[in-house]
Amino acid sequence: MRVTFKIWRQDNSKVDGQFVEYELENISRDMSFLEALDMLNESLVLKGEKVIAYDYDCREGICGQCGVFINGRAHGPHANTTTCQLHMRSFSDNQVITVEPWRAKSFPIIKDLVVDRSALDRIVESGGYITAKTGTAPEANSILIGKEVADLSMDSAACIGCGACIATCKNASAALFTSAKLTHLNLLPQGKVEEGRRTLSMTKQMELEDFGHCSFTGACEIECPEGISISNIARMNFSLLKAKLLK
Amino acid sequence: MLDAKIPNGELKSKWSTYQAESKLLNPANRKKVSIIVVGSGLAGAGAAATLGELGYNVDCFCYQDSARRAHSVAAQGGVNAAKNYQHDGDSVWRMFYDTLKGGDFRSREANVYRLAELSAPLIDHFTQQGVPFAREYGGVLTNRSFGGVQVQRTFYARGQTGQQLLLAAYSQLSKMVKQGNVKMHPRTEMLDLVIIDGKAKGVITRNLETGELKKFMANAVVLATGGYSRVFRLSTLAIGCNGSAIWAAHKKGAFFAAPSFTQIHPTALPQSSELQSKLTLMSESLRNDGRIWVPKKAGDSRKANEIPEEDRDYYLERKYPSFGNLAPRDISSRSAKEQIDSGHGVGVLKNAVYLDFKHAIERLGIEVIKDRYGNLFQMYEKITGINAYQEPMMISPAAHFSMGGLWVDYELMTTVPGLYAIGECNYSDHGANRLGANSLLQASIDGYFILPNTINNYLADEMKYDQPDISHDEFSKCLEEVEARIKMLLKIDGLKTVDHYHRELGKIMWQECAMSRNKAGLEKAISEIKELKSEFWKNVKVTGSNNELNPELEKALRLADFIELGELMCLDALQREESCGAHFREEYQSPEGEAVRNDDEYSYVSAWEYSSGEYQLHREELNFEYIKPTIRSYK
Repeated sequence: MRVTFKIWRQDNSKVDGQFVEYELENISRDMSFLEALDMLNESLVLKGEKVIAYDYDCREGICGQCGVFINGRAHGPHANTTTCQLHMRSFSDNQVITVEPWRAKSFPIIKDLVVDRSALDRIVESGGYITAKTGTAPEANSILIGKEVADLSMDSAACIGCGACIATCKNASAALFTSAKLTHLNLLPQGKVEEGRRTLSMTKQMELEDFGHCSFTGACEIECPEGISISNIARMNFSLLKAKLLK
Repeated sequence: MLDAKIPNGELKSKWSTYQAESKLLNPANRKKVSIIVVGSGLAGAGAAATLGELGYNVDCFCYQDSARRAHSVAAQGGVNAAKNYQHDGDSVWRMFYDTLKGGDFRSREANVYRLAELSAPLIDHFTQQGVPFAREYGGVLTNRSFGGVQVQRTFYARGQTGQQLLLAAYSQLSKMVKQGNVKMHPRTEMLDLVIIDGKAKGVITRNLETGELKKFMANAVVLATGGYSRVFRLSTLAIGCNGSAIWAAHKKGAFFAAPSFTQIHPTALPQSSELQSKLTLMSESLRNDGRIWVPKKAGDSRKANEIPEEDRDYYLERKYPSFGNLAPRDISSRSAKEQIDSGHGVGVLKNAVYLDFKHAIERLGIEVIKDRYGNLFQMYEKITGINAYQEPMMISPAAHFSMGGLWVDYELMTTVPGLYAIGECNYSDHGANRLGANSLLQASIDGYFILPNTINNYLADEMKYDQPDISHDEFSKCLEEVEARIKMLLKIDGLKTVDHYHRELGKIMWQECAMSRNKAGLEKAISEIKELKSEFWKNVKVTGSNNELNPELEKALRLADFIELGELMCLDALQREESCGAHFREEYQSPEGEAVRNDDEYSYVSAWEYSSGEYQLHREELNFEYIKPTIRSYK
């Protein structure tokens, strides 16, 4: 295969960036999208040019580190996938592939396609945990959790924190990310105790980080690699209202 | 002779005796102590969070953009614990026995017993932290069995157990970051270890965003940097996983133990092209229901579904009737290699074997299989474009877990005082082969339960001495050395890329130091690696500068270390003239092709000391007081 990559290049958040076009030939259809970028980078090195910076690590769709806009969609043309799990067979020969970094005010560009998502860590730091010291746990089976509840909690706990939901949202809202973490913990008996406090502080932090408000367009759910449901957002809003009333 | 500092007394009471007798540091003094933790996976995050909770000042480093990305996140299958919830005869003793035997009697009894002993409270601990482990309808935890054992002792959270345990550790770490006891340094890599008066006192780091080199001082340094199997280039590890921190420590005096013990995982997806960057692992839990086979006739080009039962060779079930498809990883991988090498491999590159769910679907129904492995089937389809409910999966062996690593004693301290190594980057509990679902366990208990209880013993004495600070000459010297190394790499401006050299190294290692080894091959590999090293330092090309985010420079620094580590791995494999676990020396096998261990001469842990490019072997003799080494037979 042969494709044209149109890639956003930007040295840092203080300078302007622009698209640069690169032609790449002899791509195998079984190659992953990131391997094609690796191949492009090798050719740039041989020409004495700087490589294109992009984030990746596990390359098996679970670490959440990779993530770019490809032809206008977060993580590329398929729903519910990560960039590293996208293969060149999803593109056609001679196609122009436009690659951009996540766009959100709260995700400043570090370089080229790499953005700073530390705002998500700060949301978790504000309450995305169960307060339990090491060694203070009761016997695991002493707290019964029905399969349905454990499964529902797991559905939300599966969030990989890639930021696609935010990047694809027209308001750059972090509602799906935050609500997934809240749902995971608030549903479990161990996490229930701190539900109100956790919901208040995590939603507060979300605002402090300047993420936009959720207006329920649902794009986040479509692009979420784990298919995390927007019903989590409704659950978060309910929990927030309850916490405010009880406060 | 190396002293592992194993406590006296009965096996069952060694850990409690140790805890009762070790020194403590009072809470007021802990505030004055700083500890560096390099790595934020299950071991690193668990340790940093717990040490923070105890009141120490912790600096924690990771190369990723967030601690939540550490490669522990990718472990799929589960975590072992001897809780005997299923009443199938499990116990701490049996788990200890399985692990020791599974490791082919090349690990320490006391460590392995402690691993099994601490497994049950670890499940309680993670449950309390909100890990949504799989449950029965009645609300109790459920289990499954995992490769190499005959009891159901594996706890799991769908096929994302590593992710859930890591997120629990990350959330505890986040709590301590908020409280101010832990300072997290993401996108930061440790490039050197600073030793003052023979003790670990700090590190030199590089900020990967800006290139800034920085000195960090501490009273103790904990390495939790994971495995180094990316030395093979193609492995199941995340692309950024590297051995640089432990290699720097090794060059500063920490002994490297059993470097050549690498687990080759039997259930990865096969390589499909030369430019491939990594191999994807499929959870081994698939082997509980999937049946492994190849066509009986070499070179059979029919599609899998067109090959009738009588033309299929279920070779694991045939060769190992009592364990069948659940045979341990080393045996399963080597058996697959035999089939592939003898022309029975399937797939485009003829480098795979089939993993078939046809019978399981007939027996259990498709819904049960979907519930058990749904996400793995989806992942398989995403990568290969094949629907494995309709035709068999294709799997292939891949470099996976490093059983070797920095040598540590019972306290998890390396041979450098004040330097600890925890989780996969140490050599401790797995011997020559790791049983499935024991890696999350070891990383977690090292970080949460063991290190926070052993580090006091060192710090209590260490507090009596004056503490050096970063103005000490040794810090400046180390920083200048790191700076010079980076400048040298950028100056070469040769003709070949870093990836080119990594591919070359990978080929040598996979060919000569992976599933099976022999003297001639290893000698050849050592000389080829030496040549590769000299060629790399003359002809590599790294573009960009040091003062910016420069992924090529990061790769080049890591590869330079991998090349040296690869040589030591081959040297270690060459020295050990026996077959054990993952180390299969072709010269030492029975007429039936089974590994032949030599306990009389090799019942020791090889620990290598580095000195100006030369390696000297030290031995830690292994004494088996409680379980007499037996031949591992899975027939």
